[in-house]
Amino acid sequence: MTDMVIRAEADVAEAGPWRRLIRRKLALIGLMLIAVVVIGALFAPLIAPYSPSEQHFEGLTLQGAPLPPGGDFPLGTDLLGRDLLSRILYGARTSLIIGVVANGLALIIGTVIGVTAGYLRGWIGAVLMRFTDLMMAFPALLLAICLAAIFQPSLWIVAMVIALVNWVQTARVIYTETTSLAERDFIAAEKTLGAGTGRILFHHILPHLVPTLIVWGTLGISTTVLLEATLSFLGVGVQPPTPSWGNIIFENQTYFQAAPWLVFVPGFAILILALAFNLVGDALRDVLDPTQRGRN
Amino acid sequence: MFTYILRRVVQSTLILLGISFITFLLLYVLPADPVRQIAGRSATAQTVQNIREQLGLDQPFIVQYFRYLSDLVQGDMGRSYLQKSQVSELIASRLPATLLLMGAGILCELVIGLTMGIVAALRREQPLDQTLMIMSFIAVSAPQFVVSLLLLYVFAVQLGWFPIGGYGTWAHLVLPAVALGIMGSGWYSRMMRSSMIEVLRQDFIRTARAKGLTRRRIILRHAIPNAILPVIAMIGIDIGIFMGGLVVVESVFGWPGIGQLAWQAIQRVDIPIIMGVTLVTAFAVVLGNLLADIITPLIDPRIKLR
Repeated sequence: MTDMVIRAEADVAEAGPWRRLIRRKLALIGLMLIAVVVIGALFAPLIAPYSPSEQHFEGLTLQGAPLPPGGDFPLGTDLLGRDLLSRILYGARTSLIIGVVANGLALIIGTVIGVTAGYLRGWIGAVLMRFTDLMMAFPALLLAICLAAIFQPSLWIVAMVIALVNWVQTARVIYTETTSLAERDFIAAEKTLGAGTGRILFHHILPHLVPTLIVWGTLGISTTVLLEATLSFLGVGVQPPTPSWGNIIFENQTYFQAAPWLVFVPGFAILILALAFNLVGDALRDVLDPTQRGRN
Repeated sequence: MFTYILRRVVQSTLILLGISFITFLLLYVLPADPVRQIAGRSATAQTVQNIREQLGLDQPFIVQYFRYLSDLVQGDMGRSYLQKSQVSELIASRLPATLLLMGAGILCELVIGLTMGIVAALRREQPLDQTLMIMSFIAVSAPQFVVSLLLLYVFAVQLGWFPIGGYGTWAHLVLPAVALGIMGSGWYSRMMRSSMIEVLRQDFIRTARAKGLTRRRIILRHAIPNAILPVIAMIGIDIGIFMGGLVVVESVFGWPGIGQLAWQAIQRVDIPIIMGVTLVTAFAVVLGNLLADIITPLIDPRIKLR
């Protein structure tokens, strides 16, 4: 009987945020945009009309200029006569992989540092948080560029570089939440009952941090996608021939006055993906964070 | 208050020291060898060795770092490896352009952002509010280099209203400043909107209304000044994000500031310049945070000093 009641309550709690999320128009639009990009990335080999690296002879004009959108190449071709639509679809993979991997890594680093500093306090906490302050003052893009220059940038290195730059915000938020959680009565009660540090951390602190992590995880993907695009645009991110929305612009930038679609199609794709995660993340914050509820 | 400021200053200095150490370490482990770059391809092993000794690059890391620090406190940031001039002079010559661009960029993001936020708060939950908030989402999601290229394409290439990059006249300043300001305006509009809504809910607004003041007067004299201060204090914290944008915007528009200097230095592994620009930038960020920390409690006495 009690078991059923508890399960029913859990159902309400689980269905609640999700229903409230998709009832928001902007969040729903965001989710659909993400779905479009994910499907495009997953099924790129099926959807893409050509291989992303195939240089078409008929993809250039007689003078050697790229073709505008339309005809055989729906979004036109790039400077090497490759199909832009195919490159955009495969580029979505790069953006999503970096978004998920880099942001996942940043969340893990941020959570470990934030929870450790917030729960242990003392000199370890002080050192960790001073280090976080330090990283906050570091000009992020310069740091990322330096790191990317040190390691030869491959897809995974770029993800790691972004994670090393982006964990700071998460650490700060998680630290603040952990310190306030650690002072709550139920944690003191657990301690009195003899629960070890590990049990308290994994059974009582971390579960309470999940909503915050979901919100920051979602908003963070947007930041990550933008940073990857910027690094690739500067030529220190994902390296050609692997297509990335940022490096498509990097490769074709010199020609952009004559062939603006080579800059604005991938640029629009970056905007859409970052926007989608921002919309969903913002709605999630309203839905999941009780302190923010009703503030809109 | 005095001890509070003193403690913040000490903390900021330590942060700067930490940043200088990490940057120095990162550049030390850089696989690209600056000596080879200077010496050129055809240099003999002996020449390479000589240059290495001359620059002190054969010394252990810690010795190099402390020598750099002791020079730094005397205002000497070393010489550029490739341009053969003092890094401090190079940065000083580029700084006015960057400060001008930053000032204009911050002005842009505040004017656009605050106006959007105020209007949205006054038209709360109405279509205009929703439109403005969607615009603010787009603004924070748009990559700065795409915005820069878009502005360049529309207003310089197509319409010809502004020059295509470069530096010199006021017309050169408009597009980069807007490109730099758009992303921030998205954040500021959201902050201003919620700050304004918060203030409009306060008792003193109700009092003002009860006194029979006009809506116009309440908004202009009571609501906006109170709502705007905490938002403006955010600028200090914002400087870091702003600095990142400078590298991109300066490189797209060919603006001769320190962002472009840093970018060229990174491509050529000119370590003293990278080091110098990173430190100057970090200094700006730390100074901005420090000012925000000092000014915010002055603006709002309710904030307790920690």
